[in-house]
Amino acid sequence: MSVKQGLMALLADGPMYGAQLRAEFEDRTGGTWPLNVGQVYTTLARLERDGLVEPTGEADGEGRISYRLTQAGTEEVGTWWTTPVDRDSTPRDELTIKLALAVTVPGVDVQAVAQTQRTATLKHLHDLTRLKQQVMRKQREAEGAPSGPADAAKHDEGNHDLAWLLVLENLIFTAEAEVRWLDHVETRLHRESLRPFRRSGAHTTALPDDAGDHAGTRTEARR
Amino acid sequence: MTAPSLLLEDVTRVHGTGETAVRALDGVSLEVMPGELVAVMGPSGSGKSTLLNLAGGLDLATSGRVVIEGEDLSTLGAKGIAQLRRRRVGFVFQDYNLIPSLTAAENVGLPLELDGVRASQARRQARQTLDLMGLRDLSDRFPDQMSGGQQQRVAIARALVGSRRLVLADEPTGALDSHTGEDVLRVLRERCDEGVAGLLVTHEARHAAWADRVVFLRDGVVVDSTGRASSPEDLLATGSSR
Repeated sequence: MSVKQGLMALLADGPMYGAQLRAEFEDRTGGTWPLNVGQVYTTLARLERDGLVEPTGEADGEGRISYRLTQAGTEEVGTWWTTPVDRDSTPRDELTIKLALAVTVPGVDVQAVAQTQRTATLKHLHDLTRLKQQVMRKQREAEGAPSGPADAAKHDEGNHDLAWLLVLENLIFTAEAEVRWLDHVETRLHRESLRPFRRSGAHTTALPDDAGDHAGTRTEARR
Repeated sequence: MTAPSLLLEDVTRVHGTGETAVRALDGVSLEVMPGELVAVMGPSGSGKSTLLNLAGGLDLATSGRVVIEGEDLSTLGAKGIAQLRRRRVGFVFQDYNLIPSLTAAENVGLPLELDGVRASQARRQARQTLDLMGLRDLSDRFPDQMSGGQQQRVAIARALVGSRRLVLADEPTGALDSHTGEDVLRVLRERCDEGVAGLLVTHEARHAAWADRVVFLRDGVVVDSTGRASSPEDLLATGSSR
């Protein structure tokens, strides 16, 4: 995640100082990717050096300097919105690496590795779903509330809830994909274990005898 | 201490005999408390449907006990089980199973009428249930005048009309798109939050995540469970939340 682009996108909303940027970033993304304020100020310094942001004036009474986008910065943010995120590079994923190693290192119970992970991922998925339910309940309550002078503030809060909901749903879909992949891993390992030329290894001894549509093989296995 | 709405104790179901016998379920124990929604996941042929059929008294265990609201099914005859099913258990299926020639209110009231309740009274209770679930607008519609999601919500109302407090749902979102499926799960979740016990069979992890806990079946055996849920306070304290 590019902190630089995130901070610039926030500044498109109006001038802000470092701590404010950090708070807004975390609020709009549900605190999913926490920033430390030092990271924010370092990034602002680089952006200023590159002519993408500039201070709005002198420090205020509490020593805080607000920043705004320059014209070049505004253009860069515009380009960011319309350019797809680069998916060419493959991020290092610990679980994928762990399972890839588990099937090649003797003595590892791959089924247990996959099952333990699936339980943990489902638990995480469940927690995310409960948080999503809370946000959705809040939205429904807000929809039912009478309108009044505080509508603009409510609108802002509603947008922040929507942002948080989208982040949550991304995490939910990612966790779901992981569970599906782990299901697939088990089936794949099972099929591999049935191949006659397969050397007997750690993952072939610990596999379930039912990894999908092989109900008929169960009777044999239980004799 | 509150008794479970549904209790399975060391339940085994064997189909066939001798060499060709298949153990569809093997020593499964499970309890679902009032107010709890439990999801069952597992690959095809793992015993999910068998479990649901046993839990609803549609099939009988070869050994072990199935107890619904304190009633051990093995001590009831066929008539007793049928009556218990009518009065205590609601089923929700993937394809809704609403009767096309009846309105939503008539469909919801049907289990009561089958149990001997007068039609007018059954209809009144049906409307109350639909009201309670925010489905009043659908009362007079026929199934073909409703979307899939609306029909499934009516099916949940039918499952819970009268005194029934245990709902068994077999892939209830299987025929629905993502958003509509979520609406259906929300309705089911809300009913459970108000005290209904639910057992949900699904192969979708995202849907199972609406349950309080998830039980995994493989080869007729419970191989794992996620355990009971964290409190919202715990969730809010985690790194992935605010």
